[in-house]
This record gives sequence, structure tokens and C-alpha cells, in this order.
Amino acid sequence: MSPRTLRLVAIAAVVLIAAAPFLLQPFTITLMNYIGVFALIALGLVLLTGIGGMVSFGQTAFMGIAAYSTAWVSAIMGYSPWAGLVLAIVLSGAVAAALGAITLKLQGHFLSISTVAWGIAIYFTFGNIEGLGRNSGIASIPPISVGTVALVDSNQIYYLIWAMLIGAMWLAHNMLDSRVGRAMRALRGGNSMVESLGVDAFRIRLATFVIAAILAGLSGWLYTHLGRFISPVEFDVTRGIEYLMMAMVGGAGYLAGAVVGSGLITLLKNAVQDYLPLIAPGSAGQLEIVVYSAIFILFLQRARNGIVPYIAALLPDVVHERPAEAEPLPRRTQPAPGKVLLEVEAAQKRFGGLAAVNNVSFEVMSGEILGLIGPNGAGKSTMFNLVTGAMPLSAGKVTFDGRDITRARQRKIAEAGVARTFQHVKLRPNMTLLDNVLLGTYARTKAGFFSGALGLDAAEEKRARYEAMRQLERVGLGDKPFELAGNLPLGNQRVLEIARALAADPVLLVLDEPAAGLRKQEKAALSALLKSLREEHLTILLVEHDMEFVMGLVDRIVVMEFGTKLCEGDPASVRADARVQEAYLGGVV
Amino acid sequence: MTADIAAILAVDGIATGAIYVLIALGFVLIFAVTRVIFVPFGDIAAFTALTVAALELKQVPGTVGLVAALAVLATLVEVVSLLRARSPGRIPKALVFYLVLPLAAAGAVWLTAGHALPMALRIVLSLVLILPVAPLLDRIVYRPIADASVLLLLTVSMALHFALVGLGLLFFGPEGVRTETLTDATFEFGSVFVPGQTVMIVGAALLFSALLYLFFEFTLTGKALHATAINRTGARLMGIRPERAGTIAYLLGSLLAGVSGILIAPVNTIFYDSGFLIGLKAFVGAIIGGLVSFPVTALGSVLVGLLESFASFQSSAYKEVIVFSILIPVLLWRSYTTVHSEEDTEE
Repeated sequence: MSPRTLRLVAIAAVVLIAAAPFLLQPFTITLMNYIGVFALIALGLVLLTGIGGMVSFGQTAFMGIAAYSTAWVSAIMGYSPWAGLVLAIVLSGAVAAALGAITLKLQGHFLSISTVAWGIAIYFTFGNIEGLGRNSGIASIPPISVGTVALVDSNQIYYLIWAMLIGAMWLAHNMLDSRVGRAMRALRGGNSMVESLGVDAFRIRLATFVIAAILAGLSGWLYTHLGRFISPVEFDVTRGIEYLMMAMVGGAGYLAGAVVGSGLITLLKNAVQDYLPLIAPGSAGQLEIVVYSAIFILFLQRARNGIVPYIAALLPDVVHERPAEAEPLPRRTQPAPGKVLLEVEAAQKRFGGLAAVNNVSFEVMSGEILGLIGPNGAGKSTMFNLVTGAMPLSAGKVTFDGRDITRARQRKIAEAGVARTFQHVKLRPNMTLLDNVLLGTYARTKAGFFSGALGLDAAEEKRARYEAMRQLERVGLGDKPFELAGNLPLGNQRVLEIARALAADPVLLVLDEPAAGLRKQEKAALSALLKSLREEHLTILLVEHDMEFVMGLVDRIVVMEFGTKLCEGDPASVRADARVQEAYLGGVV
Repeated sequence: MTADIAAILAVDGIATGAIYVLIALGFVLIFAVTRVIFVPFGDIAAFTALTVAALELKQVPGTVGLVAALAVLATLVEVVSLLRARSPGRIPKALVFYLVLPLAAAGAVWLTAGHALPMALRIVLSLVLILPVAPLLDRIVYRPIADASVLLLLTVSMALHFALVGLGLLFFGPEGVRTETLTDATFEFGSVFVPGQTVMIVGAALLFSALLYLFFEFTLTGKALHATAINRTGARLMGIRPERAGTIAYLLGSLLAGVSGILIAPVNTIFYDSGFLIGLKAFVGAIIGGLVSFPVTALGSVLVGLLESFASFQSSAYKEVIVFSILIPVLLWRSYTTVHSEEDTEE
């Protein structure tokens, strides 16, 4: 399927949705209204859960905050629901920002538990505020008016709901395909990977959280003026898990999952309400929640990724256009060859009583390839983490390009021009090769959430895509830029990591065991690639096990053993050093 | 607030806290062994209370139907998985464990339910009946996804909790119950009267904490559970079956939840859905213990009880808001003091 056909399909879908009130019965339109409203909150959950990896059970709290805001403004204070919308968005966004600032440092299930906590706390607050009708809620909420037309009829508000949903989907789609959107999609790869690309992971998480809350708020606003009555019960944690279920059943990793899930669950609910009384008269109400929960559990057991991927597998692949040639992104000026680029002075790292790195000093000169070698447990990887800022030093000093980076955050070190790869490859397996490499350009580009969502970043995006494509070609992976990274063999995944690092236009490239798991030809190709990078005056620090690989490649070697530096020098002299031989081969008897 | 009121609130808080201790210990136990945050714990406590109440009224408790339904379902799941694994030889044993034993418990209660029973027997019957619930849920719900991330297991737990609330309404009806007091004795400490019930609650909490400690420190099964908690793969290599360890953990957890349900039933009116809040408050205690430490969990749970007691005196309407808001700073503190492995994030 070409992008053009895809656009036609999208237009056809929009036309069908617009024509629905003329074709369908009023009851069906009412159902569609609720599907649209729930799809908005589910869309937020898709961004938060499926894309960002943060599971929230408390999303209804934001829906409730928005609902109560607009109900208060319109039903109690007598202003327009549009004024209610402003308050709803501002308040749900602000509360999310405050809650997020406190809780988003939490990881994994701790974060999710906190969402239950504030979800319940906010829910109980609604029921206790005198001015908001306590547990009986707020009734006779006015409808939304557009001009002089009050949207009372379900056919009328239908257009508002679906216009908002389609708008939100379009913005979300653009955003995910932009610089920050890619960072969002990378969040699940873990903090150390994301930060190593110069991304402020916390900021991206917070923004995702606020966006999801605002979508929930929008949903709450529409919900309030659709049903015209609200009470706290509609915003408790039970409902929260229902919306999460919509997102996950639909497919939490896909924007379309929100609509598919919301549609499916809403229709299912409707069917259950119709048919359960026939099967189990008298206890239908109780069984309803049992049925949903059982379905949800089955889905989580058998089809965690939801329905959308199954549908997508049946559809023809979308044909992507290779990035066109564009003006290259601005480059750093590489330092003159032969001066000290990285200086490690008396670095120490202690874990309790164990000194993993003890008083190690060495220098990396610009333009050279330095190999850091040593037997298992010598402290190479720890040294690596100290240099890249993944771990703080216990004592000592690290200077990069004249700047003291001893206490600098990983992200700042990345911004300064140090790009790294990982011993255990950290790629985003569900993103394409091109998108993975594009992640590397993050620190060199500027587009934010708004310009990404509104598509104002086109020029910069074009340059970044061209740059990523160039790096893919440079490392020899240019033939299939739209393949998913997870489909590559391990050797190529390592090379892809190098392409990602190169896309950051680094001054210093730090590679953690790049030859591990590679076959002989792959090693030769990697060696050739690294040599060609040296020709371009790129400086490389290499932590490696494979002696043959190191000896034929590097200019100088630093040998570590038991956390200390054993010796340093050119490959030949290191090879001849008796201490090195003893460390590797055991004492000569 | 006078000193007398403070003392009364403190006694009340310690009693509530002691109940949370029992449930929280169960949380820690099950999380440690299976990585499941077993949200439905509170529901099991509430169901036990409802069971005792039904026996008091000489009615057949809804738990009988619930256990029977779960037993049939678990048996089906187990038999199908055994057939798929091509080991039909293990079916008879599975039938005994998943079908016969739970049904025997349900049958015993069903047969005796109409008679006037002494209190001790009612309690024992309720406990016997509630014991299979958690292991059966484990077999049906968690075992097929035992290797999933903690986050996915937590999502499943939330869904399971809502399923149980629905089943609770179905099997027990919407009426709240309060059972006979276990003892009418009161003790006087200075100017403060302490009901015998409170003493029993605290005593039971201490007793079970001690038993749990002894079990983990001095029995081979306890050590096996501990080993599974620390490293599943390692334990498996040592010949410990994580599934079995999980079942034992769920059995113990059921027992703890059951005991807490029996202790709370005479003090609070329990509805089919009361379990969630009780469970979540106990969970706050478990989080204070980082879901690992039994002693800190016990202390944390008592703290939550005290907090709740004093909060309800200051502002009863916002009691829940206050108790749950405290969870966030606790989580933050815990998150900073726990080392996270990046490998736990799931694709």
C-alpha cells in the first residue's frame, strides 16, 4: 500500500464517519458518541502505557477533574461550557504536571501503584466537597453550544466528539513520528539507553503523562455535556481499569488501538447488558463486571498486544519512501588530532568494600583508537560506565575536551559529544532501522512537542532523516531502512547501534565489546568500518575481549587487572609485556 | 485532643493496624515468591468475614458456590495443560488437589451449614473453606503468565479483583454483616479500656508473624520459598519447583487473609466489596516494607492503622484521602532506596 492509497483510505474513513448520522439509527449514534468519548481517554492511555511504558490505573481521576471543572463552571456558575473546557484542560493538565513531577521518578510497578493511590484519593475528594454535590453529584448540566445551536441531540454532539477524536489522533500520529515522539517510543528501552542519546527521559515521561491527562480531561468534558449529569462513581478506579482495558484490548502500542478497543468494549458492554439478563435473570448486573474482567484477563494471558496487530498483519504493508537527499545537519568541529581529548585521573569506584576501579588514570588522544582490555572482572565495564556517566565516580576526575565531566549527567556527557554502544544491545526492536538511527540525531535537532504534533518540523525532519539514512548506508545497512530492528541478527544489531551513535555526530565514540558474538567476516567488516572512522578523525575508545580484533585495530592499549591499570602502550609492546602475559595466561612456571 | 482520646485512638489504631499486618504479611509473602501483587487479598479477607456471618445465621455461605466454581475451572485449566504437555499420568493427582480437596471443604461446610455450630467450629470451617481460594485463583489466572513482568501481573491482579467483587455480590448479596464478638472481656490499662477483641487481634498478629518467621527460618519448605523469592531460576536448578512454592505461598496467604477477616468481622461491618480498601491499606504497609521485609512491613501496617485512626478523628470525611496520599511519599522513598534492574521492563 502506497502512502497515497493510505491517505485515500483515511479520507474515506473520515467521510464515512461524517455520513454516519444519515445512515445509522439514533441509538447507534449515541453508542458512537460514547465510543468517541472513551476513545479519547484510551488514546491517552495508549500514549502512556503502550508507547511510554507507564501503566496508569488512575486516569479517571483526570477525567473526573475535567468533568467537575466544567460542571461547576456551566451548571453551578452559569458560564458557557467552553469556559468549562478551558478550566477542565488547565486543571487536569496542572494536576497531572504536579502529580507527575512527584511520582514519575518511580519505576515500573511502583509508578502504577502510585496511580491507584492518587486515583482513589482524588475519587474520595469528589465525594466530599460540599460545593460539588458530594456523592449525589451535579445534575442539569447545560449542553455545549456552537454559535446559537445547542448540541442537545446526539446527532449534533456526534460531530464535535468525532472531530475532536480525529484531531487528537492526527496530532498524536504526527507527534509520534517526530523527534520527541521517537524519544517517547524509546522510553521503554530503559533510562540508560534513552539518556545516552541525550534525551531527558524524565521530561519526556512528564510530557507524555500531561498529554494523556489532557486527553482524559477532554474526554471528561465531552462526557459531562453528553450525559448532562455526573457523580463521583463514574470516576472511580473500577472505571479506570475499564479504560485501561479498552486501550490494551485494542492494542496499547497503536493509536488505532484506542478506537478499536473503545468500540469493542462499548459494544460488548451494550451486548452484555442486552443478553446477560436473558441468561442469568436477576444477577446480570453483578455478572457484567465479572464478564469484562474475565475477558480482560484472557486478553492479558493470550494476546497482550491487543487486536490491532492481528488486523495490521492482514493488511498490505505500507510502502515507505526512502529519505530524499537534503541539506546535511550541522556538524561539530572535530578537535585537532593528537591533543588530549579524554583524561581520566585517579578514577575510583567502590561498591561497599570492593574497589571495582582503583586509581586508574589514562588519556585518550583525539583521532586515535584506544583499546581498554583486561581479563574478566578487571573493571573494564565499570570504567566504561564511569566515563559515560552511567555511574558516578567514588573519587577521581574525568575531563572531556577540556571540560570537567566528573559529576555530569549521562545526558550532558552525550550532548558534549560522547556517543556509546551497549554490551547487551539496547535497540528498540519494534522500531525500524531508520527510526532507531534517527534517535541518535535527537541531540542535534530541536523540534518540540508542538512543532512535531502540528507538522511544523518538516524541514528539520527531512534533514535528520537524510542524516540517519546516510549513517545506515555508511555502516552497510542501507538496503532495508524500514525493516524492524528486532528482525536483525545480533551482529547487525551491534552495527546498527554504531550507526545510531554516529548519527549523534560524536567527537568520541565509546564501544562496549562491539565484536562480542560476531562472526569472523562480521568482525573484519566492523574493523574496516572503525578504521574508516579513524580516517575521518573520529576518536574511538574500545572496551574489548577479543585480542585478535583489538591488536589489528587499535593505536594504543590500556590493560586493566583487578580494578587497577596494569600497563599501557602500543599493541606490540603490550603483547610483549610479561605482566600482561601473566594476567591472561597465568604465571609462567 | 486530650491524652485520653489520644490513647483511645492509639489503641484503636493498633487494632486496625494489626489486622493490616496480617494481610500485609501475605502481600509480601506472595510477592516475594511469585512477583504477583495479589490485589484480591482484601477480598479474600472480606469473603471470610461473610462466610463466618452466614454460618452464624445458619445459612449456606456463598463461598461454597464460589469455591466449587473455582475448583471446576481450575481443574479444567490444569487437565487441559497436562494433556497438552502429554503427561496424562499426572491427572489423578491434579484431580485430587484441584477438585476433590476444595470440593470436600465446600461439601463439609454445605452439609453442616444449617446446624447451630459452636463459634470455634464456625471459624475453623470458614478457614478451611477460604484456604483453597487463592491457590485456585493462582492456577487459573497467574500460572499461565508466571514469567510476565510485574507490571502485567499487577494489571491482571486489578482485573481479578474486580471480577471477585462481581462474584462477591453474586454469591453473598449486597447486605453488610457484622459477626458476634469473639470475646466480651475488657482490660483496663490506667484510664483506658481495651476490649478483649483488640487484645485478640494484636495477639493473633503477633502469633502469625512469629509463626511466619519460624517457618522461614527453621523449615526446609520455608527456606525453599525464600530461595524461590530470591532467584526463581536458581531455585529451579536446586530442585525447587516454583509452582509448588507459589501454591504454598498462596495457601499461607489465604490463611492470613482468612484470619484477618475473622478478626475484623466483629469490629467493622463488612460488605462484599469492603476488601479493596482494607487490602489497599494493608498494601501501604507492605510497601513501607518494600514488599520484602517482614518486620518493616509489620511496623508499617501498624503505622497505617494509627494514621487512619487519628485521621478519622481529625477529619473523618478525608480519612481515605489522607491514608492513600501517604502512599506517594512512601513509594518515593522506597523507589529511591531500591535498586531497579533495567531488564525488568517488558517489550
